[in-house]
Amino acid sequence: MNFASIEFLAFLLVLTAAYYLVPKRAQWVVLLCGSVVFYAFAGVVSCAFLLAVIVVSYVACTVIGKRQRACADWLNANKELPKEERKAYKNKNKKGNLVIVCIGVGVLALALIYAKFVSSYFGFKVGESGISFGAYALEIMGISYYTFIAIGYMLDVYREKAPVQRNFAKHALFVGFFPQLVMGPISKYSDVGEQYFVPHAFEGKNLYCGAVRVAWGFFKKLVVADAIAPAVGAIVAQQKGGVFFLLLCLFYSVRIYGDFTGGIDIVLGVAEMLGIKLPENFNRPFSSKSTAEYWRRWHMTMGAWFTNYIFYPLSVTKGMQKLSKWSRAHLGTAIGKRLPVYITTIVTWLVTGLWHGIAWNFVVWAMLNCLVLLVSQELEPLYTKFRTRFPKLHASMPYQTFMAVRTFCLMGLIRVFDCYMNVPLTFTKFFSVFTTPNWGALFNGELFSLGVSAVSFAVIGLGILIMWGVSRLGKDRPLREKLWEKPWLGNLALAALIFAIVVFGTYGLGYDASAFIYGGTFN
Amino acid sequence: MKKRIVSAILCAMLLIGALALVQAVLIPSRYDNREGHLLCGYYDTTDAHDVIFVGDCEIYEGIVPAVLYERYGITSYVRGSSQQTVWQSYYILEETLKREPDVKVVVFNVLAVKYGKTPREEISRMTLEDMAWSDSKWHAIRASMTEEESLLSYFAPILRYHGRWSELTLKDLANTFDKHEDITHQGYLMQTDIVPVDPDDTREPEALIDSTLPLVSMEYLKKMQALCEQYGAELVLIKAPTNSVKYYWYDEWDAQIVEYAKANDLTYYNFVGMEGELGLDWSRDTYDAGLHLNVYGAEKLTVYLGKLLQDEHGVQSRQSDAELDALWKQRIEQYETDKQKGENDS
Repeated sequence: MNFASIEFLAFLLVLTAAYYLVPKRAQWVVLLCGSVVFYAFAGVVSCAFLLAVIVVSYVACTVIGKRQRACADWLNANKELPKEERKAYKNKNKKGNLVIVCIGVGVLALALIYAKFVSSYFGFKVGESGISFGAYALEIMGISYYTFIAIGYMLDVYREKAPVQRNFAKHALFVGFFPQLVMGPISKYSDVGEQYFVPHAFEGKNLYCGAVRVAWGFFKKLVVADAIAPAVGAIVAQQKGGVFFLLLCLFYSVRIYGDFTGGIDIVLGVAEMLGIKLPENFNRPFSSKSTAEYWRRWHMTMGAWFTNYIFYPLSVTKGMQKLSKWSRAHLGTAIGKRLPVYITTIVTWLVTGLWHGIAWNFVVWAMLNCLVLLVSQELEPLYTKFRTRFPKLHASMPYQTFMAVRTFCLMGLIRVFDCYMNVPLTFTKFFSVFTTPNWGALFNGELFSLGVSAVSFAVIGLGILIMWGVSRLGKDRPLREKLWEKPWLGNLALAALIFAIVVFGTYGLGYDASAFIYGGTFN
Repeated sequence: MKKRIVSAILCAMLLIGALALVQAVLIPSRYDNREGHLLCGYYDTTDAHDVIFVGDCEIYEGIVPAVLYERYGITSYVRGSSQQTVWQSYYILEETLKREPDVKVVVFNVLAVKYGKTPREEISRMTLEDMAWSDSKWHAIRASMTEEESLLSYFAPILRYHGRWSELTLKDLANTFDKHEDITHQGYLMQTDIVPVDPDDTREPEALIDSTLPLVSMEYLKKMQALCEQYGAELVLIKAPTNSVKYYWYDEWDAQIVEYAKANDLTYYNFVGMEGELGLDWSRDTYDAGLHLNVYGAEKLTVYLGKLLQDEHGVQSRQSDAELDALWKQRIEQYETDKQKGENDS
C-alpha cells in the first residue's frame, strides 16, 4: 500500500477509529492487525521475508534473554564462589550469547544482502494469473528498515541495553510497525518499544498534530519534490552540462529533501495520530554549518545505527586495539592515534555507501563524504584558531549563512553522484561548468524546456519558501504544536495545506506519486 | 473545546467551498471543442423518439434527424460521442430506454466493436462526464475506467484535473460561469467544410495482427440486443461509409459482424463501398478527406437509411401529430439556418 494513495488514507482513517474505540489494552493488537493488513499489500514474498526476520530475531533474543537470566540466577545463587570463577562463568555465558547474536545477525545480514543485491529468486510466485514457478526479481518492501531494526534490537539485547520482549506478537509489532516499514526511521526498542504496548487515551492534540504532520509531508512530497522531479530527470536523461549541472545539484537537493523528509513526516505523523512518538530522522539539515553537523541532522537514525552497530563495535575490536598500539609504537602518537579512527570511519562509510547500492557511484559518494569529514577534522585546529581570532565575524549572521550555504553546496555536489549513476560522466559534467558553462540557458527559455513550466517553478519556489519559513518558525518547538494552541489559525492552516496539496500536488494520471526515493522496494 | 469544533467545521466548509470553486474552473469546459458536449443536449428534450441512433463519430456526423423527419416523418435522436465504446453505447442506450421505453428501432454503428478496452482516457471522460448521473452512468464509469484512473475522481473531478492550474487562461474562468447552448441538432454534429479524398493517396491500411473482434465488445453487443428485446425495440446494425485508411473497416471484422447478425437474427447494413447506391461523392461529401461525412454526405446516408427504416422496419411517419410536427419544423428550420450559416463561413 502506498502512502500517496486514497487507499492508504482510507486505511489510516479506519485504523485510527478502531485504535481509539477498542479497549485500551487491545490497542496494540489493532496496530499489529493494521501492520499485517498494510504489509499484506506488498505481496507474499515480502510478507515471508518480514516474518522470517521477525522469527529469527525473536528466537535469538529469547534464547539470549533466557541465558542471561540463567546466568544472573546462577551468579546470585553462587555468591560465595571465588570472583574469578564467577567471572569465568559470566564470560563463558557471554561468549555463548555472542555466538547466538552472531548467528542471528549473520542470517539477517545475509538475507538483507541477498534480497537487496542479488535481487532475484527461484521459486513460486503468486500473480494475477495464479501461482507460477520460475525465476523472479525480488521486490521486498522496506527490507533494510525492519532488518536494521531487528539487528539493532538483537545487539541491544546482547549488550543488555534493551529488555527481551517475550511475547512473540508484541515482538512482531515492534519490528513490523507499519508506518516505519516504508522508509524508516530505524527505531530502537529502548526509544519506542514500550510505547506500542501501553494504553493511549484519545487526545485531540495528538490527532491534530499528527494529521498536520501527515499533510505537511504530502505537501513537501507532492507539491515540491515530485513537481521538480521532471527537471531532474530531464537534465540527467539529456546529459546536460554547464550551468545545468549546477541546477541539477540544486534541484536534486530540493527533490531528495522534500521526498525523504516529506515521507518521514507522513510516517511520524501517522504514529503521532496514534499517540506514538517515533524518533526524528531529520533536524533542519540544510542549516548545517559543516559536513559533520549535516550528517548529525540528516537521516539521523541511520547515522546512529551505523555509528552504534558498526563504527563503535569496530573501534573496540581486539584487532583495532592492536593496530592502535602498533601504530603508536611504530608511526608515532599523531598517526597512531588517527589510524584506527580513519580505518573505522572509512569502513563505516563504505558500508553506508554499499547499503545505498552496489555501484561505483555510491562508493565514490561515500568516500567523498568520508574525505570531507576527515579533512575537516584535520583542519579543526585551524578553524578553532580562526574562531578565536575573529569571534565577532564568526558569530555574525553573514558568516553563519556563508557556512550553511557552503555546506549545502558541497553536499549538493557530492549528492549528484546519485543522479548520473556513472562516476566518469559525473566528473565530466562537473568540469563542463568551467569549460562550457552556457550561462545564457538561464535566460533564453531553455530552463523551461525541462518539463517544468515557469509558473510551476514559481509554485515550487513558493513551496520552498514556505518550507523554509515553517522550519524557522519551528526551531524551538514544532509549528504544529503552536498552531494547536490557536484553533482558528491552526484549522485554517490545515485547510490551506490540504487545498494546496489537492490543487498543486503532483498526483493522478501521468504522475507516479507512489514511489519514494528512499522507500518501497529494495530499501 | 467548543471553539475548536466550531472552527474545525467552518474551516472544513471553507475548504470544501474553495475546492468546489476551483474545481469548477479546472474542469475543462470543452465548449471550445465542438465534440465536447454531444450527449448532454438530450436531457433537455421532452418529446419521444421512434428511432435512437447510438455509436461514435460515424453516427453523430453521419445521421441527420432533421432530414429523417423532413423526408419520412421519422422522429429520432443521435446518442453518440467521440470514440464511444460499445459498453458506453450500451449504458447510454440503457438510460435512453429508461427515459423513453417506447422506442421502435435502435440503430447501432458497429465501428467501435474493434475496441477491447477504453482507447483514450481523456476522450472516454468526455463521454462519461457528459452523461447525467444515474445508475447507467455509474456502470458506464466502472466499465470504462482505465487502470490508472481512480473512481473517486469521477465524484471529485478536481483529483483528475488539478494539474490544469498551470495552463489556466481567462477564457477558462469565463467558460466556468457562461451558459452554453447545445450545438447539435438532435445529437447530430454538423460539419459543412469540404475536404475531398485525395485521389493520389495510395496508402494501404495497416495489416491486422489479430482480426478477432474483442470478446468484451461482442458481449456488450449481445447485452444491447437483450436490452432492446426487453423494451420491445428492434436492434439494427449499420456500418457508416468511410474512405480512409485511418478508420478502415476490415473485411475480417465485417465477416464477424455478418455472422453475428445472422446468428442472432439481426439486420446489418454495411454502407462501406456503397457510394453508388447512396449517391456519395468523396470529392464533396466529406470534411476530412474521407474519414467522416460532412453535412452533404450525412444527408445522403440519412435519406437512404430512412427509406430502409420506413420500408423494412416499419417505422411510421409522425407528421400527422400537429404539435410534434410543429416542434420538428422548428428544428428543421434551425438546421437549415445553421447549415446556411456554416456554408457561408466555410
